[in-house]
Amino acid sequence: MRDVIIVGSGGAGLSAAIHAKKAGLDVLVVSKTYPTHSQTSQAQGGINAVLNQKDSTEKHAADTLKSSHGLGNQYVIQHMCENAKATIEWLDELGVPFTRDESFMIDQRKMGGASFARVCYSSDYTGLKILHTLYDTCLKESIDFLHEHMLLNFIVENKKVIGITALDICKGEVKELLAKRVIVATGGYISLYNGFNTNSKATTGDGIAAALRAGAKVSNMEFVQFHPTAIKGANVLISESARGEGGYIVDEEGNRFIDELKPRDEVARAIYEKIQNNHEVFLDVRHLGLDKINQAIPQERRLAMDFAKVKLEEELLSINPAAHYCMGGICVNENAQTTLENLYACGECAQTNVHGANRLGGNSLLEIITFGQIAALHCVNELKNSTIKKTTPTQQFLNDKAFIEQVYSFPNQIDFYAQKEFMGKIFFRNVGLFRNDLNMKAVLSQIRQWQKEFAFMGIGDKSKLYNQNLVEFIEFGNMLELSEVVVISAISRCESRGAHFRSDHPFEVEDFAKNSMAYKHEGILAVDFEGNKDEN
Amino acid sequence: MKIKIVRFDIHKQPQQKEFEYEVSHSRLSDALHEIKTKQDNSLTFRQGCGSGVCGSCAVRVNGVERLACKTHINEHDLVEPLNYARVIRDLVVDLSQQEKFLNQAKAYLHEYHATLIGKKDEQAIDVQSNCILCQSCLSSCPVYEVNEDFLGPYVLTRVLRYVNDKKEKNSAEKLASIQSNGIWDCTLCGNCTMVCPQFIDPKTDILNLRTKSYQNGYTDPSLSMNNGFDTSFGNGDFGFNPNGF
Repeated sequence: MRDVIIVGSGGAGLSAAIHAKKAGLDVLVVSKTYPTHSQTSQAQGGINAVLNQKDSTEKHAADTLKSSHGLGNQYVIQHMCENAKATIEWLDELGVPFTRDESFMIDQRKMGGASFARVCYSSDYTGLKILHTLYDTCLKESIDFLHEHMLLNFIVENKKVIGITALDICKGEVKELLAKRVIVATGGYISLYNGFNTNSKATTGDGIAAALRAGAKVSNMEFVQFHPTAIKGANVLISESARGEGGYIVDEEGNRFIDELKPRDEVARAIYEKIQNNHEVFLDVRHLGLDKINQAIPQERRLAMDFAKVKLEEELLSINPAAHYCMGGICVNENAQTTLENLYACGECAQTNVHGANRLGGNSLLEIITFGQIAALHCVNELKNSTIKKTTPTQQFLNDKAFIEQVYSFPNQIDFYAQKEFMGKIFFRNVGLFRNDLNMKAVLSQIRQWQKEFAFMGIGDKSKLYNQNLVEFIEFGNMLELSEVVVISAISRCESRGAHFRSDHPFEVEDFAKNSMAYKHEGILAVDFEGNKDEN
Repeated sequence: MKIKIVRFDIHKQPQQKEFEYEVSHSRLSDALHEIKTKQDNSLTFRQGCGSGVCGSCAVRVNGVERLACKTHINEHDLVEPLNYARVIRDLVVDLSQQEKFLNQAKAYLHEYHATLIGKKDEQAIDVQSNCILCQSCLSSCPVYEVNEDFLGPYVLTRVLRYVNDKKEKNSAEKLASIQSNGIWDCTLCGNCTMVCPQFIDPKTDILNLRTKSYQNGYTDPSLSMNNGFDTSFGNGDFGFNPNGF
């Protein structure tokens, strides 16, 4: 029995692990991948904090709230923004090599939707350098890891979470791991847009699906951010910093058609519309010159070379929008507590009431580090006088063990990989940048069909040893669960707000200035809308 | 296009066998995915971000370490798992040595001290802190091939990254930890530098660590064994130099 199990080893999970361990807790980090393989490594742009006296935390909070289109929680946002400076200092002291300016201060640049240049960065490898520094710190603090263990379910007894079941990928065994508290930090669900997203293939929302099954509420699942600039076809992300540094978005005739520094959703929709009208859209940074490109966006230059064979200083780079970030997730309060007792959530898998309908660039890294800390420190407080009775093996463990064994005998009559590919296509086209009721209902009926057919799918690989086929099948099960939630939430929100744009309801509707809440009631999915705590 | 993949399954005889596949994608990661999803569900490999920063997809193509996501393949290319690590299955190798070596070398900020950090200070560790722990360098290392206790290129680069970090108050422990099975065992062949997908130069980093070690009173143990016979050994001017400087 551990004090705390942290599921997921990206920026949020490792931040939580370090804070919990330093406070004296017995910590175990369980993760589907190795820590440095996590999605956080891909965050390029930077992390927001008010460091300049001319800037203010009120402005940062106001920008965040504005970008959230009325759904962010003022209190939570203000708290995060006020702590941002300390968060940067903490990372800096762990060793994150933030880029400096001429006067020995941490350099900052401006991102879309921000009223001030407040993004701190490490060249354009900010996420990578933060993640690796956190990993190094975990080794220093002797934090225990279980690598390549995939979360299956939360173990709930008497309405309290007392641990998890996990698949040891290497051995093919199901394990039960008990803890007084569980912090889930498993990342987003962008893989629903399979083939049309900028994320790691591992971002299949496993933690969110497990939380939903365990009875937790999930929130704002319809809000998915599309990044305006991914390399066409390869869907490799070109950071917003390319535009932040002065890059242009142009059509084939070289004309700019959108203010590049507008919020991501507006830029992405403008580009998508152009492409829908059979135009090609390009990123143009030639005017910045080779020196500036090498100094400010070296990784973008390298990515353009590697994935599109384009020299950014000489040529235009063909781009398209791609699904990029999930604003929705497991509903948590200001202490990162979910609606299930003893379960916390942080990082992209959590809906912390910070991003609302759209996320500001530079706020995701800030959110994961901040809420990793909040979750850990709240656990520390709670655990002072906590004991849990354990009865093993738990029913959940027996169920999951039986299920995994059963999967090996599923008939595999329907190829789930083909369905997964198709899911990506219909999601990008119908639950993407432009949505409408009719198309989404068609998607929903397809999802329901797949849910019925799930037991007729299965795995071709019958090995117990490192069975990636099995892992991907379980992931697909999670995707089926979450795709239904995303579509129903998106159908229910009959308005356009932030990243959620309905062609059939193109305006914001005051009645919907609320968070969507989805939960399972006796096995049936329900979606309600709830106002912010501020208003209640 | 046809490619060959060396596959491994501990439960089969022979355990290791070469298979040929017809693929239509030219990016290796796409081709592997194509085989797995359309031809053989049991082909096993790691994959992640697809954009060269998560470090999970390193394999060998025609004997050279490459990230599958950044590699365009040609007819009859041979794909194998990384070298000198236990193969778990097909292209997936055991990564447990990573934590062991990083711990042993104390590759982290040991003790922070507040100081002014300038552009130059931060740039001094910029390239080294771009490492994605893909293990390519270790797989290319002839020293690690014969000495499984050798810390290896990426660990030593990471040590230099923290030794050169102006925020580090106490780098003595780190220098002490890389003296045995570390910097002096390297033959400076430069393979690591050639295969690094992040353009890191571990060979030069190791030379820098040797200089720092001299400055801190350490000596090359092979020099004392040779009674000073081979005086060129510690100067860093021998060995293959792929960068031409």
